[in-house]
Amino acid sequence: MHRNPDRPLSPHLTVWKWGPHMAVSILHRITGGALATVGALVLVWGLLAAAGPPDAWATFTKWATSWLGILVGIGLSWAFFQHSLSGLRHLVLDIGAGFELRTNKLWANATLAGAVLLTAAFWALVWGLAK
Amino acid sequence: MSEMETPIARVRGLGSAREGAGHWWQERQTSLGAFLLYLWLLVSLVRLAPFDQRVVADWLRDPFAAVPMLLLVWVTFRHLRDGLQVAVEDYVHDEGNKFFVLLLLNLFAVAAGALAAFAVLKIALGPPAA
Ligand code: HEM
Repeated sequence: MHRNPDRPLSPHLTVWKWGPHMAVSILHRITGGALATVGALVLVWGLLAAAGPPDAWATFTKWATSWLGILVGIGLSWAFFQHSLSGLRHLVLDIGAGFELRTNKLWANATLAGAVLLTAAFWALVWGLAK
Repeated sequence: MSEMETPIARVRGLGSAREGAGHWWQERQTSLGAFLLYLWLLVSLVRLAPFDQRVVADWLRDPFAAVPMLLLVWVTFRHLRDGLQVAVEDYVHDEGNKFFVLLLLNLFAVAAGALAAFAVLKIALGPPAA
């Protein structure tokens, strides 16, 4: 980039009071990044294992049901729900709606709460099925 | 020296090549596609528990599972490539590094996506489990 380092940057990250909309914004990027790397590798591994010999599938399911696998699974499912809800919020903001201060804050908080609730519901379901 | 420079070298990285809107729109479309397809996958997975390999393979042999799964793979890697590209462009400013990181990103997305799609096709088109 041809940026002149003598020119001042406008202050941005440091001058704002921290709020839920900022948390949701950076979480969207972090969860997107985690899904795109860890999540994508798990997807590829699972599909290759399903297409492979029985011991390949056994290795995959052994990992997926270990405590580490379950921890990663909980993390990925939360990341998915958070990213999806904030992604849907993104699409609403993209059409120019939802920028009023209170509305914006309400829906930012709703994605945070919604993602945790959906993660809990999902694992309660999985737990029920596993028994 | 300046006569050695091609016109493209003088304008590279300076501004719009008018690709931004298409990239942006692609990212929105793939996100909606991903949302619907992952809802479908979650519901399907819950019905497949406890994940016997034979049951999973039989499921993917049905065209109405194999095709959405292929679409899901396509949409995931397309969306992830476009998305990570934007994030990289926000943080990597050196032209050379950016070029290299985006090259790696494309390599990863294409290779991983192709592997995933191949695995689905192998099950879908392969012989039923004995
Ligand atoms: C599960 C697979 C998914 C993966 C791997 C993924 C990955 C990513 C990545 C890496 C980004 C770039 C983040 C950034 O620029 O900060 C992104 C952006 C985005 N994602 Fe996803 N995503 C997935 C699913 C979804 C879903 C289900 C939605 C729901 C609507 C969605 C909506 C969006 C939107 C709107 C953006 C653009 C945000 C922006 O421009 O700042 N994504 N995604």
